[in-house]
Amino acid sequence: MTQKTEGGDVRLAGISKTYGAFTAVHPLDLTVPQGSFFALLGASGCGKTTTLRMIAGLEDPSTGTVSLGSTDVTHLPPYKRPVNTVFQSYALFPHLDISENVAFGLRRRGIKSVQKQVDEMLELVQLGQFAHRKPHQLSGGQQQRVAVARALINHPQVLLLDEPLGALDLKLRRQMQLELKRIQTEVGITFVHVTHDQEEAMTMADQVAVMNGGRVEQLGAPADLYENPRTTFVANFLGTSNLIQAEIAATASDVTTVTCGDVKLKLPAGRCRAQTSPGDRILIGVRPEKVSIAHADDDATVPDSRNRLTGRIVASSFIGVSTQFIVDSPSCADFEVYVQNVERDARLTPGTEVVLHWNPEHTFGLDADQAIDAGVQSVEDAS
Amino acid sequence: MTLTEARPVKAEPPVHKPSTRKRLVPYWLLVPGILWLLVFFALPLVYQASTSLQTGSLEAGFKVTWHFRTYLDAFGEYWPQFVRSLLYAGTATILCLLLGYPLAYLIAFKAGRWRNLVLVLVIAPFFTSFLIRTLAWKTILADGGPVVDVLNTLHILDLTDFLGWTEGSRLLATPLAVVCGLTYNFLPFMILPLYTSLERIDGKLHEAAGDLYASPATTFRKVTFPLSMPGVVSGTLLTFIPAAGDYVNAELLGSTDTKMVGSVIQSQFLRVLDYPTAAALSFILMAIVLVMVTVYMRKSGTEDLV
Repeated sequence: MTQKTEGGDVRLAGISKTYGAFTAVHPLDLTVPQGSFFALLGASGCGKTTTLRMIAGLEDPSTGTVSLGSTDVTHLPPYKRPVNTVFQSYALFPHLDISENVAFGLRRRGIKSVQKQVDEMLELVQLGQFAHRKPHQLSGGQQQRVAVARALINHPQVLLLDEPLGALDLKLRRQMQLELKRIQTEVGITFVHVTHDQEEAMTMADQVAVMNGGRVEQLGAPADLYENPRTTFVANFLGTSNLIQAEIAATASDVTTVTCGDVKLKLPAGRCRAQTSPGDRILIGVRPEKVSIAHADDDATVPDSRNRLTGRIVASSFIGVSTQFIVDSPSCADFEVYVQNVERDARLTPGTEVVLHWNPEHTFGLDADQAIDAGVQSVEDAS
Repeated sequence: MTLTEARPVKAEPPVHKPSTRKRLVPYWLLVPGILWLLVFFALPLVYQASTSLQTGSLEAGFKVTWHFRTYLDAFGEYWPQFVRSLLYAGTATILCLLLGYPLAYLIAFKAGRWRNLVLVLVIAPFFTSFLIRTLAWKTILADGGPVVDVLNTLHILDLTDFLGWTEGSRLLATPLAVVCGLTYNFLPFMILPLYTSLERIDGKLHEAAGDLYASPATTFRKVTFPLSMPGVVSGTLLTFIPAAGDYVNAELLGSTDTKMVGSVIQSQFLRVLDYPTAAALSFILMAIVLVMVTVYMRKSGTEDLV
């Protein structure tokens, strides 16, 4: 059960899960490199938990195989897999004290002297003094750490975490994110983390797979996903994107020029994820923090090399480090702009005519044949 | 009621009165129950206690003479019936547990949408009288009946004869029949508490145990069964206590050789009319059961769970 150095990757090959007529997970190939912190990110019902449960053995895949290193574990029951899970509701055994909860896995494998390991593990999650309490005597955050300790003590090849922080309040969640990351770095075990919280995924994971409708939309490092979304879903689900419908006017070797009404915008050819012949439709996007905002009177000060749009401020909200503006522009009705509060321009109040401008390098292009608002989180989704 | 009337006169502290009234409400609600127990439980108990210490005869009348000898004499004469009662009730309780646990487990975890139907079937026997059902068993177990025929053909009754559970290749009027009757009659009292405590177990705990290297059998031993202990304890108590005092099964399905202490008490009260002995026997039985239950609950370590 101890870590194997040679190729302990988790490999999912063509794995899928169907319930009657409903397909929870479409055939999916995924490799989680050994020792990495891997996040499966998506809204509820996107198949991320089902995927996790198939790795754990709690769900039988309809097709495909699950391998750990070079071993095919597809048909092994959960209790024979070198994998442990931290459940969403923690699932601590209510009749056992904390120390016995943590020792459970070791005892089942016939290890007699568990005390030293249990003490060390409780020390790791900073719960040493609670060893003889029952789970219900602990707070949510403490129970969560017991659940992590109970799984980690077995030195699994892979630790699976199913929305482990979902039940905690925001502040505690932040704290536990850092804590889990610290533990992962310390023990070096592969973590596969399921979450619907994009911030959580980006803070903790080395690699994020964004899932939508039972499929992986995009896989990559958090910064890469954020900067180079390949679909509108990823662009909208990870942070916020301003997407503009446009048409390709001209293509050069490194710069693509598009038009939107009578506005001309440029973007690097390398950042186009779509057909790029003149006349094709395209969606171009830019992140709100990349955009600068200037009063219409200062129009002349904006360099010509920058992409520019005009519009009128609809709303502004001051949130301390930055101010968020929503600008109504002919090309995009709700264009969001985040401006750092370094030197605030007092003239920028709702109703003001403004010029938006940004470096063309920060523009990305997406295929126009997809819903422009895919992945936009509505109020009831946000928890 | 007086508080409500007093309110318009003393309008000064309007905050205090509702709170004291509210505090008293639970106690008022307890009054009917306490009265009921006082009249129908505590008083008869005191009355029986005094009866057990009386001497005399029906003609001359009974008088309290603090005659504790009755207890010794009663126990000395009827101890075999006590032993038999505890043995039969214990055996029936174990049989109920063995039969009821799988059924309760099935209803709690596997029955799905059939759950309510099966639960109704479990309590369905209660729709007919206890006596009628036991009489029906008399027919089922009768000599020359189908059950005896089958068991004879399979030579199972030879085996039970050998073990002393039955006699002369018949079922009726044997210890086996009495134990079967007790088991049948008290089975629902075992199943229902078991079901209630099994049903409360979070299914995720089974998954967690499996995830932590426990095979299904170990999961049952280490997680499911310990968590169902409250049900096991209350189920066994609800079965054992009434079974130990039962006399209907012994009367209808047994013989003079299978008499339980309940039958003795009944006949002392109603036929022999030796009230002190009957009362003393009742108290001895109560004391024995009380001691056994206390020891059992200490041993199973579930005082806080029941």
